[in-house]
Amino acid sequence: MMQAVSRRSVLAGAGALIVAFRLSGTHAQTETGTGGSPSKHGLPGSLDDTPRIDAWIRIDASGAATILTGKAELGQGLKTALLQVAAEELKLPLERLSLVTADTARTPNEGYTAASHSMQDSGTAIRNAAAQARELLRDEAARRLAVPSTSLQVRDGEVFGADGKRLGYGELVRDQLLSVDAGQTSRLTLPADFTVMSRPVPRVDIPAKVTGGAAYVHDLRPEGMLHGRVVRPPSYGATLRDCDVARVERMAGIVKVVQDGNFLGVIAEREWAAVQGMRTLAATTNWIEREALPDEADLPAALMNLPSRDTTIHGTGNPGAPGILVEGTFSRPYLTHGSIGPSCALAQLEEGKLTLWTHTQGVFFLRDAIAGMLRMPAENVRCVHAEGAGCYGHNGADDVAADAAILAVAVPGRPVRVQLMREQEHAWDPFGPGMVVKLKATVGADGAIADWHHEVWSQSHMMRPGPPGTLIAARLKSAPFPPAPPVALAQPEGGGDRNAIPLYAIANCKVVSHFLPDMPLRGSSMRSLGGYLNVLSIESVLDELAARSAQDPVTFRLRHTEDPRACEIIETAASRFGWTTRVKRSESTGFGFGFARYKNLEAWCAVAVEIDLPRQSGIVRVRRVVAAVDTGQVVNPDGVRNQIEGGILQSISWTLFERVTFDRTRVTSVDWSAYPIMRFDSVPESVEVHLIDRPGDAFYGVAEAAQGPAAAAIANAIRDATGARMHELPFTAARIKRAIAA
Amino acid sequence: MTTLIVNGESRSIAASPDTPLLYVLRDELGLCAAKFGCGLGQCGACTVIVDGKAVFSCVTPVMVLEGRTVTTLEGIGSRDAPGPMQRAFIAEQAAQCGYCIPGMMMRAQALLNRDPQATDESIRAELQPHLCRCGTHMRILRAIRRAADEMRPKTVEARTGR
Repeated sequence: MMQAVSRRSVLAGAGALIVAFRLSGTHAQTETGTGGSPSKHGLPGSLDDTPRIDAWIRIDASGAATILTGKAELGQGLKTALLQVAAEELKLPLERLSLVTADTARTPNEGYTAASHSMQDSGTAIRNAAAQARELLRDEAARRLAVPSTSLQVRDGEVFGADGKRLGYGELVRDQLLSVDAGQTSRLTLPADFTVMSRPVPRVDIPAKVTGGAAYVHDLRPEGMLHGRVVRPPSYGATLRDCDVARVERMAGIVKVVQDGNFLGVIAEREWAAVQGMRTLAATTNWIEREALPDEADLPAALMNLPSRDTTIHGTGNPGAPGILVEGTFSRPYLTHGSIGPSCALAQLEEGKLTLWTHTQGVFFLRDAIAGMLRMPAENVRCVHAEGAGCYGHNGADDVAADAAILAVAVPGRPVRVQLMREQEHAWDPFGPGMVVKLKATVGADGAIADWHHEVWSQSHMMRPGPPGTLIAARLKSAPFPPAPPVALAQPEGGGDRNAIPLYAIANCKVVSHFLPDMPLRGSSMRSLGGYLNVLSIESVLDELAARSAQDPVTFRLRHTEDPRACEIIETAASRFGWTTRVKRSESTGFGFGFARYKNLEAWCAVAVEIDLPRQSGIVRVRRVVAAVDTGQVVNPDGVRNQIEGGILQSISWTLFERVTFDRTRVTSVDWSAYPIMRFDSVPESVEVHLIDRPGDAFYGVAEAAQGPAAAAIANAIRDATGARMHELPFTAARIKRAIAA
Repeated sequence: MTTLIVNGESRSIAASPDTPLLYVLRDELGLCAAKFGCGLGQCGACTVIVDGKAVFSCVTPVMVLEGRTVTTLEGIGSRDAPGPMQRAFIAEQAAQCGYCIPGMMMRAQALLNRDPQATDESIRAELQPHLCRCGTHMRILRAIRRAADEMRPKTVEARTGR
């Protein structure tokens, strides 16, 4: 491999004593907001930040265990996977475990639930903590029975001696038994002995979700709850000239109207009254707006003309080697996260202390941001994670929590539930940034890639809380907080330049990142960050080089791949698809292939597709998708499949349909008609996901791994079907028809 | 005051007649399965069954529902006694975040009540008004297929030779 791999997988087996983890935290700040400093204790995953075992595992007198994680369930199946890991190592049945997720008052601080880090951070910590807790219980039993620990067996929450004596965890646990720091080694269960891990355990959250249980923050209904709605300005930087607060306060059911600078909110006894009050208030407002947005018709040029901080993130060999030249400028528009449920939060101020129930990805960072915004001590603010609709990154969750906090402060004692309206979620989303990639490469007479030059332009992909100025409400209030400074995520994980360095072996290769400190539209983290466009661009040019030099695209990839796991994933996807025996059903059939290792550090994923694309219509129908994935040790195979299937479909939607639109003043794609996403008529006929399990290996982040490869496979299939190479996302029917005609 | 039959029970509604059914269900009756997604009838998250037909509850004022029969997800089974549609979604693990799922299930339930023989093509076509952002579509389709197979009366199976 070309690039330095920053973290190591350690697999040292000696009987049952196995250490399988990846040392982290020795590199730049990551998207989780943690790391960035050398390892503190040399412990695996988040144990390094929070080494006390009982910060993760508590056992009560009945022998039941409570597991604590600083990560949050986002619909990715985290709860189930963490419970599996804990049950396996504690040797307790799943039904005797309960789980507490991110809560500033109860759980470890594990930064953001982001960047596909949850299993490697929290899963690794809980696995090791659980294994060490089990050994502490075994040792305690040995002490009480006055026998060697090695003579005792542990199963189903009990320790058994050779003479038939047995002690339950509830009897063994005593004050302080687990109140110790984790040691350097853990007696982890061997993969061959797994009974819970590596099994498709059904998700613990699904039954409530499909039977109408209170499953989301949206569903919380505490006694005395009020409903809030906010009025957002019509555009970035708009200032309020006037509005008629009194008219809304006279409306039936309205409790209060809150105005603070440009921040406007309505509180009502009933939700529909709050919506009506908000609509009425909005109708009475007059705003001063300004034209501050770029020309959407030529967004790539607008982005490339912005001031940039330029870094050569990779350079080998001598650029400019001759050969058949392929070059292209690829671009993606701003994309919206598009949660089906607009963001929601519940807040309550009692005796000077504020509690927030929120679907934020980072309860501790949000607590600090909101405390800063309200000028309260952080210890007087508690953030408790409660599930929201899928977010896929930094959506309106933090903003609506700030809205709810301000409204709750206006009605002390009463809980206030605030949900955004669809148009607010769409217009004020911290979008996945618009980006540009320019790629130029040559293939030599020997058929190998001779030269590769990749440049990427992007604004920040990391504008999460932290600073109060990341919250919309903090920017709208009178005496507003300053805008948060742009954060450039550094390699090796990268931000806009994530996955910009090709994994392929290329002798002469240069990659330049142009970080744009300006933010023409509000932007932040969205699933895979820059990885989506970088992988699409790399894999498109790779296919084009193969085509121009008359080589099979899969063979061409393998020829330039040194990493054996990458080879295996490419070969698996190709063989399961039947790549070498593929036959076009008609002249509108196209086949395409895409591959990447997410961040060049996480899961390996290859995707092959078959599409149908009539030249007359330009409409892409995806018939068949076959993916292969290596995520290291699999905890829940069905959970991995669900994530990859979902990633593939979401990526197809981004690639074929999605684009934030705007004029020089306002975002204009504020509903699902103006921002279409995939509907059932565009769903593939079949999607297959093949997993390569690696028993005993570490966990590699998987939830974002399909975004780039799926898009690349579609782009390459369009080329195969039509001869047209697409560069500008989304690849709509109109654009495909234009490209065919060109 | 409007009177509705909700999940088999007659309910008198205090909310003003222009209130969309969604807010009545969630806010007044405490039924939280139907979800606010867009308020515009574009996403399907709020879908419930009224007199046998799938409707968007977010845009249906309660005044047009006097005396009519409303079925929500809570009316087709419970966590302890899930109905066939719910069992099928659990069996297929057909959810990621799950926010869109109750609306999908209600439209599918209305379809299968009306047409137990629904084909895969007609299921896909029926779901066109619904959005899922997690990309769970393949599992949703499998779950509805499974529910259809389970709900179909045995006599019909015999007749069609299935």
